[in-house]
Amino acid sequence: MKFTWFHLMPYRYLPEDFKEKYRSVWVDIPRDLYDPKVGHRLYNDYLDQLEYADAMGFDGLGVNEHHQNAYGLMPSPNIIAAALSRRTRNASLVVLGNSIALYNPPIRVAEEFAMLDVISGGRLVAGFPVGTSMDTNFCYGEIPATLREKYYEAHELIIKAWTAKDVFAFNGKYTKLRYVNLWPRPLQQPHPPVWIPGGGSVETYDFCADHDYQYSFLSYFGYIAGKKVADGYWEVMAKKRKELNPYSLGFAQVVAVSETDQQAEKDYAAHMDYFYNRCLHVYNGFADAPGYRTVKTIKAGILGQVGEQAALRREGLKWKDFIDQGYVIAGSPRTVRERLREAMKSLNCGHLMLLMQIGSMPPELVRKSTTLFATEVMPHMRDLWSNFEDKWSPRRMAQNEIAMPAAVHFQNAQANGNARAGAPGARGATEVRGAK
Amino acid sequence: MNTTQKLLNGKFSLEMQVYGSGEPLLYLHGAGGLMPVEPFLEDLGRHFKVYAPHFPGYGESTGIEHIDDIADAVLFYHELMDELGIPTAYIVGHSMGGMMAAEVAAFDVHRARKLVLIAPAGFWIDEAPIPDLFAAQLTEMAGLLFHDPNSPAARMMTAIPSDFKVLEAMYVERVKRFAAASKFLWPIPDRGLKKRAYRIAAPTLLLWGDDDKLIPPAYAKEFESRIKNSKLEIIRNAGHMVMYEQPEALVGAIRKFLEG
Repeated sequence: MKFTWFHLMPYRYLPEDFKEKYRSVWVDIPRDLYDPKVGHRLYNDYLDQLEYADAMGFDGLGVNEHHQNAYGLMPSPNIIAAALSRRTRNASLVVLGNSIALYNPPIRVAEEFAMLDVISGGRLVAGFPVGTSMDTNFCYGEIPATLREKYYEAHELIIKAWTAKDVFAFNGKYTKLRYVNLWPRPLQQPHPPVWIPGGGSVETYDFCADHDYQYSFLSYFGYIAGKKVADGYWEVMAKKRKELNPYSLGFAQVVAVSETDQQAEKDYAAHMDYFYNRCLHVYNGFADAPGYRTVKTIKAGILGQVGEQAALRREGLKWKDFIDQGYVIAGSPRTVRERLREAMKSLNCGHLMLLMQIGSMPPELVRKSTTLFATEVMPHMRDLWSNFEDKWSPRRMAQNEIAMPAAVHFQNAQANGNARAGAPGARGATEVRGAK
Repeated sequence: MNTTQKLLNGKFSLEMQVYGSGEPLLYLHGAGGLMPVEPFLEDLGRHFKVYAPHFPGYGESTGIEHIDDIADAVLFYHELMDELGIPTAYIVGHSMGGMMAAEVAAFDVHRARKLVLIAPAGFWIDEAPIPDLFAAQLTEMAGLLFHDPNSPAARMMTAIPSDFKVLEAMYVERVKRFAAASKFLWPIPDRGLKKRAYRIAAPTLLLWGDDDKLIPPAYAKEFESRIKNSKLEIIRNAGHMVMYEQPEALVGAIRKFLEG
């Protein structure tokens, strides 16, 4: 069993009456709700949390791309991954990922991912989402009817750019390039492992199966509701006579650990409420542009993550309902161990993506939950799926080959006469900073 | 009315409503598409032979994957006219169909004998942004499209069926139609008509509801100034869906212009 500590990087300070006062957390949320000074602290807190997860032995650090919203403040996850590449040592950098239809030309993604892979010594997982309708159609203006075709073409170009032996010309419908010649090329050969994050579009199962990519179902409905999608995926894999290897499926789950089940509710209930009722408060008109989902997916009856139907389904749910219905796995280490094992077995899932900072959760609680998980849950789940080979994790350089960042910094600079180095405001060791 | 199936070029299968007899009139519908029967086209059919094809992606018409942009759409209509044996015709278009009609007439100035544009799309004015129809909820549609959102016509067009199967079928059809329309209207309904509008040579009638909240009257002025042989007529007590709110006035104005 492998564990990726996944950050959404939400804005933690939306007003109490946000849901009543504003129609959407995404696309047209008023920009004056964002305070860049608060944002400064949040980014640094969040980077600390990811770095801590690396130190605590998580296998991967997850980041992703969203636009014009308070739900996830990473328009460019590559910038976060770049910061992590220097201050982490072991964990994979799971960038889930770049919405490749939005980059012009898409070799920009091939280049940046290659840079990340080389800098990190081969720790990159390359994620290629289509992207949500809010991000792609409403924020970035992509025509819904052609988004998927453009996505597939961008994918073809990126893989070819990574693997081609010689300079080549690419005559696509959306991208035309006379000379494609990637510098740098990725460290992992032929290319980093590819994970495809999906929200339940049925076409994505086939795409993953046909390319031997890992399918990551990023759901907020939890493992009980997620089973329908996982079963759909495994059905396609079986039909195509693919190995039913649990490591070819990733699943995102909200997880929160505390000393006891009762304490967990005290610690986390308010932050879950913030997540489900403010971070996911998306205007229904932005949830699903006409043509974003194919008719085939609509007819499969798979519920979108956001929008009216999703909100109705969550309407009035309390902590106990979130727990009972599997939206959230929370409680004492023992409770979390048992439920997570049951969840991963029922989904046949080998890559768990843990959402451990959720909604308005402050740094001290994130650290507590992460520490308890790493010390009292993770070790007890490592044995799961040990009879399968994980073919979807990075093949990094040997530890002794990996370049270390020089331990220079402020003392050395001071010794060399730069009086400004080490001035107040220069960051030292990580510390837990409180809310504003 | 009779409905016909038409094959075109091996790429398109077309469902088409045909009304009446007389001089040929090609009607191009808006982003919402055609109703199963269109009374105002029936009325026009008493004076003209009306051809009203469903655009690919609408109704039973297929082949939208062969149309990527305005040039493809215009060639599609030129070929359709040739196939129907009406290389020239009166061309009438509403909203997105008005944009298409203007493009058809601008690309080949001999196609339209006369042109009628009813609240056409195709331009963008920063000072008068067009509301985002694609993000609008069914409950908001009546207010955007009609002068009187409580009129029977408005209520009928925006009714939410109680039967789930009917609702699902309606939803899927709406998704199909708007997905096709998004190729020309998303995210901003400007595909360069302003570069080409000066070419339109046919006498042109612009018809606009005085209370059009989707494509406001500022656009009427823009079309009037860019199409040289054009005149504007405002229809009172009508929103964007002129043909359902003021069908007699609309048909009357079209007849007067085409027969005059």
